[in-house]
Amino acid sequence: MGTTIVRRWMLRAAAVSTAVSAVVLHAGGSGALAAEPIRIGAVLSVTGSAAFLGDPEAKTLKIYVDEINRKGGLLGRPVQLVLYDDGGDANKARTFATRLVGDNKVIAMVGGTGTGTTLAMMPVFEEAEIPFVSLAGGIEIVEPARPFVFKTPHTDKTACQKVFEDMKLRGFTKIALISGTDGFGKSMRNQCLKVTGDYGISILADESYGPADADMTPQLNKIKNTAGVQAVLNPGFGQGPAIVTRNYAQLGISLPFYQSHGVASKSFIELAGSAAEGVRLPAPALLVADKLAPEDKQKAVVSEYKKTYETATGQPVSTFGGYAFDGIQLLVKAIERAKSVDPRAIRDELEATRDYVGVTGIYTMAPNDHLGLGAESFRMLEIKGGEWVPAAQPR
Amino acid sequence: MAEFLQLVFSGLTVGVVYALVAMGFTLVYNASDVINFAQGDFVMIGGMGTVFLASAGIALPLAALIAVLAAVVVGLLLHRLAIEPARRATPVTLIMITIGASIFIKGVALIAFDKQFHSLPAFSGSDPIAVAGATILPQSLWVASGALALFAGLSLFLKKTLLGKALLATAANRLAARLVGINVAAILALAFGVSAAIGAVAGILVTPITLTRYDVGTLFALKGFAAAMVGGMGHPFGAIAGGLAIGLLEAFGAGYVSSTYKDAVAFLAILLVLFVMPRGLFGGRSVERV
Amino acid sequence: MMLAAAFTSRRGTLLLLVAVMLLVPLVAPSSFYLRVAALVWIFALAALGLTIVMGYAGQVSLGHAGFLGIGAYAVAIGPRHLALDPLLSLALGALLCGLVAYLVGKPILKLKGYYLAIATLGFGLIVALVLASESAVTGGPDGMPVARLSLFGWRVTGALTWYWVTAGALLLGALLALNVEASPTGRALRALHDSEIAAAGAGVDVASKKLAAFVIGAVYAGIAGALLALMNGLITPETAGFMHSIELVAMVIIGGLGSVTGAVVGAAFLVVLPQALTSLQEYEQAVLGLLIMVFMIFLPSGIVPTLRRLVLERAS
Repeated sequence: MGTTIVRRWMLRAAAVSTAVSAVVLHAGGSGALAAEPIRIGAVLSVTGSAAFLGDPEAKTLKIYVDEINRKGGLLGRPVQLVLYDDGGDANKARTFATRLVGDNKVIAMVGGTGTGTTLAMMPVFEEAEIPFVSLAGGIEIVEPARPFVFKTPHTDKTACQKVFEDMKLRGFTKIALISGTDGFGKSMRNQCLKVTGDYGISILADESYGPADADMTPQLNKIKNTAGVQAVLNPGFGQGPAIVTRNYAQLGISLPFYQSHGVASKSFIELAGSAAEGVRLPAPALLVADKLAPEDKQKAVVSEYKKTYETATGQPVSTFGGYAFDGIQLLVKAIERAKSVDPRAIRDELEATRDYVGVTGIYTMAPNDHLGLGAESFRMLEIKGGEWVPAAQPR
Repeated sequence: MAEFLQLVFSGLTVGVVYALVAMGFTLVYNASDVINFAQGDFVMIGGMGTVFLASAGIALPLAALIAVLAAVVVGLLLHRLAIEPARRATPVTLIMITIGASIFIKGVALIAFDKQFHSLPAFSGSDPIAVAGATILPQSLWVASGALALFAGLSLFLKKTLLGKALLATAANRLAARLVGINVAAILALAFGVSAAIGAVAGILVTPITLTRYDVGTLFALKGFAAAMVGGMGHPFGAIAGGLAIGLLEAFGAGYVSSTYKDAVAFLAILLVLFVMPRGLFGGRSVERV
Repeated sequence: MMLAAAFTSRRGTLLLLVAVMLLVPLVAPSSFYLRVAALVWIFALAALGLTIVMGYAGQVSLGHAGFLGIGAYAVAIGPRHLALDPLLSLALGALLCGLVAYLVGKPILKLKGYYLAIATLGFGLIVALVLASESAVTGGPDGMPVARLSLFGWRVTGALTWYWVTAGALLLGALLALNVEASPTGRALRALHDSEIAAAGAGVDVASKKLAAFVIGAVYAGIAGALLALMNGLITPETAGFMHSIELVAMVIIGGLGSVTGAVVGAAFLVVLPQALTSLQEYEQAVLGLLIMVFMIFLPSGIVPTLRRLVLERAS
């Protein structure tokens, strides 16, 4: 434990010194590798309430842009990542988007941690005709498909469908919801309510909690006292679901409990502790990298990303960093195929993405599908013995 | 009945934390008329400091002690470097200084620690204790008894020690205190130090329940400030009563009215209290202090 | 000499503002700079409203962003759900802000000092909570799109256009604020700021003057919020949040309490600074906090009053 802390501090010091030397190199200016860099923009919520999403996203982008440069760059040119922190504020995000387009002259953009910030930035990139790969969950980002906007994370709707499918198989039709009132929880709750009919599921209790609340026993107590509830789903992200899970155990509720992909990180298990035992959730293959079958198509890329990220940062991988990995990879591959940094050519190649195997899933885009994730992107996982394991399929 | 009791447990657990933060506000306000919006960040320093020291291999009690001392140092520095040089400034300017300090502390914390949520192990396990059909976590009892001990210790300190009496005298009348030879600057520093310690201890007690991150201080400051105001700014009993009242209001709001609007329920109740008693529950009708 | 005039006379203040407004588009290298300037004008308008509440009437409001949110959502909800013209929605939103301020202000302005602060804080929180929760109407935490503004068939779009629209709005707001300042009401308000008891003794109807200042301040913020929403094309509930209320207070205090120039300078400080600090990356927040502290410690009365004193000393 002690060594990880020390290593983290050393890494941080190293990061600062590389940043400093990068500036010095830039000032030196007349080196051999003096080709004009390819500028890729990113606006992420590195601080603020969505920081634990934006932070791994920012780290992932930095790690992989560094790697590209170490391997000789892209199209023979170095890649420069221009990264801004919007703090989760849509108005700031919009200003930074204008800055990336008007001032930094980026040729493409990866980022937009939240649905709100993404929606605020979309018009800027649409107008400037610059490809924009968002890392946010909201379905309205790609429905309807806009020419220059793409995204990598699964939508809330697919997460709901995956959960409801599992519930149906296990014979649960009367359920309770307890959702966070943040953008993530609220949006997923609304999407879930829309698809309940497809699975013959009815919602008997529909509770919510604030994003920074410290105790959810009042809400859970109501659910506990609602007759007929067979299972409970908690759409939410951040520390909220961890507290909900603990309170769930505190009240001794024994109903099957489902979380969302918003907690898909090892840190959820650490925070929720033994209360997390038996919790199910839909999540990408990334969380069970070492337990994937050898013939699983995603095994290689998922293991590679997990190793790279965890070595570089000393922190466990999360699905959010995975979204950023897929975002930058999709973009880099499109630029390579286009053999050009013309934003329109990159856009065309992004849309022509076929069978890209990423950590979130396998992507095949189409003019009317700017997400292009296949059904394998979500696996139903269960927490057993403090570990994620693929959930046993009920029959 | 069981449901009512469950809501009471929930409200008291949260309310005690608000009460501790409110006590910090009260102490500093009494000594210096300053509303210290960085009060919530002491809670964060206590929690995050302990988490990181413990994960570096230091035994938990020692880690907690060091974290509290660190918070005290930050509190003293805040007083010496930011509040003392601006003594003549207006109350709003002083509030802005503490808000600047709060942003600064968070900014340093996100570099020195990280941006993830962290927890501490509960002091005596997490098996819930059943009471008449409701349940409470052992950690909640730790928080409650910790708060009681702090409160008792503080009132003993204020009433029985010379230093404490000097602090009370300074709070009552700064000029008179100076005239009788009290080193007012040192007393103000003491108030900042003690309030930082209270905040940090609160942070260590509640982190096993509420979790912590570099920016949790904002919410604690908000709720603690509200608690201090509804109780009557400057009254230690008011701080406790205000904190518990807000915690209970939130729990009953979530349980009986609407979980979405529980914060609104709490604030509407605060507004009602202030309309009836414009100086808070314990504020009485005394002349304005500022 | 001109500088001294800018600080001392009403006309000087306005001329200086107009000169800056004319200069910025000439030197701005890209639309990004125009957007930042437009944001300065918008937040200066909101800060100006707060200046009337805090600087003229001496009442602390920690919930002023609530009015920003009401105004912003008026231009989002009006066209979307009620098929109203955006411009009409803006006017109705401003009216609504005034009405809400009247209804809320009537009871809470009886509170004093920090008690008023906590009451206004509660008001702001409740507005933000309603905006985030009623997602059927407001779109929830992810916000809602705002229809484009068109004036007499002319679609208002583009950074330069918005620059001029917001600059015009601020100029108008500044003109009105300066007139309020010089009016008998303004004098009564300032008397209030200095000492409520003395003002009451001099025959000032304290309660109604305070309420008037609160209503005017709310209308300013409402219009600023509407302009922000229309310019961005999207609005999210955090516009009304606590942090934005604090930011508005910070603008007023850092710029210098009680003057039009102070509100504009304070808004410029807090809008431009985060853009200037981006190269610091992780250290941005720490440096921002440090700068706020340093400015408040060494210029406790704010940037503009300190400059004014320096200029006047030199002139004399």
